[in-house]
Amino acid sequence: METQVRHRKGHRMTSTSAAGAGDDILVLEELTLRYGALAAVDHVSLRVRRGGRHALIGPNGAGKSSLFSVVAGTQRATEGTVFFDGQDVSGLTEVGRARVGLVRTFQHSSLFLGMSVLDNARLAVERAEGSPKRPWPNPRRDRRITEAALRHIGSVGLTDRKEALCGALSHGERRQLEVGLVLACNPSLVLFDEPTAGMSAAETERFSEVVESLPAEITTVVVEHDLDVVFRLADRISVLSAGRLIADGTPEEVRADEAVREAYLGKPRSEEPLFGTVA
Amino acid sequence: MEARTVRDDPDAGADVDGEDTKTRDPDRDRGWSSRSRHVVLPRVALGVVLLVLASLPLFLAPYPIGLAGRMLAFALLVISVDLLTGVTGMPTLGQVAYFGTGAYTAGLVGIHITDNGFVQVAAGVGAAAVLALFTGAIAVRTSGIVFLMVTLAIGELVHQVADSLSVVGASNGLAGIPAVTLVPGGEPLLLAGYVYWWVLGVFLVGLLVAYLVLKSPLGRSMRGVRDGEQRLHAIGQHTYPVKLAAYVVAGGIAGAAGTAWVAQTRFFSPGDLGFDVAAFALLSVVLGGAGTLWGPAIGAAVVVLVRDWLSAYVDGKGALMLGVLFVVAVYTLPRGIAGARWRRRSATGRDTA
Ligand SMILES: Nc1ncnc2c1ncn2[C@@H]1O[C@H](COP(=O)(O)OP(=O)(O)OP(=O)(O)O)[C@@H](O)[C@H]1O
Ligand SMILES: [Mg+2]
Repeated sequence: METQVRHRKGHRMTSTSAAGAGDDILVLEELTLRYGALAAVDHVSLRVRRGGRHALIGPNGAGKSSLFSVVAGTQRATEGTVFFDGQDVSGLTEVGRARVGLVRTFQHSSLFLGMSVLDNARLAVERAEGSPKRPWPNPRRDRRITEAALRHIGSVGLTDRKEALCGALSHGERRQLEVGLVLACNPSLVLFDEPTAGMSAAETERFSEVVESLPAEITTVVVEHDLDVVFRLADRISVLSAGRLIADGTPEEVRADEAVREAYLGKPRSEEPLFGTVA
Repeated sequence: MEARTVRDDPDAGADVDGEDTKTRDPDRDRGWSSRSRHVVLPRVALGVVLLVLASLPLFLAPYPIGLAGRMLAFALLVISVDLLTGVTGMPTLGQVAYFGTGAYTAGLVGIHITDNGFVQVAAGVGAAAVLALFTGAIAVRTSGIVFLMVTLAIGELVHQVADSLSVVGASNGLAGIPAVTLVPGGEPLLLAGYVYWWVLGVFLVGLLVAYLVLKSPLGRSMRGVRDGEQRLHAIGQHTYPVKLAAYVVAGGIAGAAGTAWVAQTRFFSPGDLGFDVAAFALLSVVLGGAGTLWGPAIGAAVVVLVRDWLSAYVDGKGALMLGVLFVVAVYTLPRGIAGARWRRRSATGRDTA
């Protein structure tokens, strides 16, 4: 068991050549993001299996959001390579990566607040269908777009609120819409950054159900502080601490891992306020 | 049409799906009264407005009819400003450049080629859109206050060119533009009422185009740019082509406004595309309520009325009165004329949230 958990103390992962091959939809090699002297992401090498339900955990400031940013292309990596679906996407912009199916959500929900829930979803669907700049209405195609958008809104339980202005939604509803928005992008890999933060217990439950019911073609990586959600959803867990990957394995392995206990799980829950949300 | 747009703007999907799925919508729960408020009333209002606009020549004298025609042309310019400012979130002072291009092109076509109104509008819109494409390609790379300054520079540049180019009459202006005709060899539209109807037609077509763009995927992408360029990137949408497309569409509509203006006045001078016109257009958007179509159109009407008509009675203090008007408007209607109702509606939505 212990051997499968890769401790990252000094020695580095190799095998660049195998990056494109086979079962892994996402392969990170020596990925680094520096803010000046601070390495928010420090030589992280990681593989995410196709169809996997991956969780990324770590204390506050560990660099989880920063890692998502460099993987999704929101920020350029200082060093290292991102392989997505066998391709080196390090040179692609955020837009380019989203177009090949690598999308992310943001820790602080970021939506189109002046538009209705339905229009938010339609915007994403239109992008995926390839007609976001058509300057005239087309009743038949618009109806198809609306139907697809309604499906995605329904899957996150916002059907009743579809006409509501996004800015009028509650915090939890916004988080749900954010999930609907990335699913409307027709992704093959979704990076969820603390999707359940601020959600009610019922909304968290629904989010878990949504992720569980996603088809196997959609791989998910979730940053999550609620360990109940993590252990329920994830079939693999990576642990980040101070920008470094300190563990990576199955939930059982990670739970048993000494370094993780020390750095993270060992702390009494009261010291980590975000652990408080129990579904 | 104007009335419908603001109703549908926050929920442009209202028409696409059936009523049965709407039972939980707070506004729909009030049954018929709510339905009449949302569907029937705006249509009736639209019909009445159209009827009044179309029948103005029947009971107004030539001077006020000419004023009404200039109002419509200016309103179309303001709508083009709003497409960028209110809808796409790019405040602009440069639409006068395309307004002037449309006007000069239509005038030159009228003098040298044909007095056919349709040809003049097509030429004016085309020239304005082409200029918008080339200038916009640079301008929309910027945003916010820099974009405002770049568009201001574009407007001033075209103003300077018009002021020194002898083929368009330089600072004397382009005069001797013949009245437009509708069919080859037809009667020129000399009577004020007929000219007004022509201007109204151009205005309505321009408004329809703006309306359709707002209802289209491009319109949604434009509002996406306004609400969050970063978010748009994250769902895989480049914002540059959206902004450029919006800029060209707005430029074309401003060009159409210019052709309508020149059909009305049959004279165009650099002063007609000066900085004050650009500022008035932007202020009309603010006054009317950015992001809708009918709000800025009403704002434009108010501005022209105060500047050209009311000021005649108070010894040419139009600019001063406009200043006072805007100060009052900013305090009493922070979201403009259109926002007065819109705000109440979204408040009801939040109550039930
Ligand atoms: N734009 C930035 N400029 C400088 N430092 C930054 C910036 N963004 C993040 N950091 C720093 O990088 C480190 C990692 O931040 P990051 O947000 O990735 O952590 P995180 O694991 O997502 O934390 P949390 O659980 O609080 O969301 C932190 O020390 C943070 O202060
Ligand atoms: Mg974070």
